[in-house]
Amino acid sequence: MVAPAWECQLVPRAVVVATMKPPKFDYVRAENLQEVLEILDHEGAEARVLAGGQSLLPMLNMRLARPGTLVDIMRVEALREVRDEPGGLLIGAAVRQADLARHLGSARDVAREHLLAGEHKIGRPRDVGCALRQTLLAMALPWVGHAQTRSRGTVCGSIAHADPSAELPLVLVASGGAVHLRSRSRARRVPAEQFFLGMMVTARQDDELIEAISLPSIDLGTGVAFREVARRHGDFAIVACAAVVSADSARLVVGGVADRPVARALPLPGDSALPAALDDFAWDLGARDDMHATATYRRELVRRIGYEVLQEAVRCRD
Amino acid sequence: MPRLTADRRHLLRFTLNGRPVVGEAEPRLLLTDFLRHVLGATGTHVGCEHGVCGACTVQIDGAPVRACLTLAVQVEGADIRTVEGLSPALGVLSPLQAAFRAHHALQCGFCTAGILMSLDALLRDTPRPTELEIREMLSGHVCRCTGYASIVRAALAIANDAPGDAGEEPQHA
Repeated sequence: MVAPAWECQLVPRAVVVATMKPPKFDYVRAENLQEVLEILDHEGAEARVLAGGQSLLPMLNMRLARPGTLVDIMRVEALREVRDEPGGLLIGAAVRQADLARHLGSARDVAREHLLAGEHKIGRPRDVGCALRQTLLAMALPWVGHAQTRSRGTVCGSIAHADPSAELPLVLVASGGAVHLRSRSRARRVPAEQFFLGMMVTARQDDELIEAISLPSIDLGTGVAFREVARRHGDFAIVACAAVVSADSARLVVGGVADRPVARALPLPGDSALPAALDDFAWDLGARDDMHATATYRRELVRRIGYEVLQEAVRCRD
Repeated sequence: MPRLTADRRHLLRFTLNGRPVVGEAEPRLLLTDFLRHVLGATGTHVGCEHGVCGACTVQIDGAPVRACLTLAVQVEGADIRTVEGLSPALGVLSPLQAAFRAHHALQCGFCTAGILMSLDALLRDTPRPTELEIREMLSGHVCRCTGYASIVRAALAIANDAPGDAGEEPQHA
């Protein structure tokens, strides 16, 4: 037996406090749902739910958040479930983005086998997640952060954080999904479009936990497409667009421009009214200049990428 | 339901590179600082401390994660692997480390520990990754010296050496 190389370096030292560190808080490792809801009930806004921590930890490190208590929900078994339900997909609060990718990936493999066996036809077999008809989710998921953050970050955590540039809120709105909220005394479902209220502001009350989100399956005969522009793959989007096109309607959802993902019904591609309607949409989003892009550039991206994803969704539909 | 209070240090146990470790941490202590300052395992480097640069990447239960976006108390009972765990024996480099050396995949070395942990996980799960897969994994890291080309070459060298179907080249998408 040879000692590992690192062993010789294991010399305990005093804890050094540097600048970029979280403020003090109590940490509770919840073991079941009731414990989480009790803490939220007692401590309200003073308590924050800690799931994967990939949005909350940067806020803590920069001291933009100063919660009194963090409730770690990752060991609550009931919240770790991804469930394929008739008509949709239910994703629990403790499901990591990488877990979801694996779930969608294995669904794709099953679909491919069925397709090869000639059993049934679902969408396009090469699309990850098509067996569950969650193509939009599968398209957008690789754009969420990096492998090193998806391994830790949760799907519902990104919804709770509600960054206007984040992909998962955009997908939830585009898919017509819902957020399942639960407090000690009540449970309710809020449609995605009513959940996101502004930059990092949601309809969640202080005593509520996002227990899960649900995404309805995409109907056969409906095409979807997703595209985004970012400085570096994995960074937050400058502009992200998702399109959902059926036989007689088209819907475009844009992230990264307004203070939340915004959806609008538009004329179908091929309709001469589309460019003008897209231009109106681009202006109505109220783009602003920032260090990443000018408002003019953002509007132009909405016009161009919006048009492209709508066309792509039509091709995907047919 | 254990509540770890803010003002006290709490006992914490996990496995580091195959060996059980014990230490004390306040709830707010980051895993990076626990590894470096409490355990003295300074192979894991600390760059931006808000999850952008990837220098602090370690493996938790096999998955590459940012140790600066992880509280030490979150990894109670977990299996942690750091760059110190790559080398099979004192003074011996792992194949990936040796490839980094052969292909000049590091210069100052600050980002290297994190990149090694990400690529180690990638090569374990996907023994013959494509260049695209390698570059996607590297997109979670910042290296200011190499321009990444030599890092990609080092990873591809390992990928090409991996056992696979005889004579089959990995597909480079």
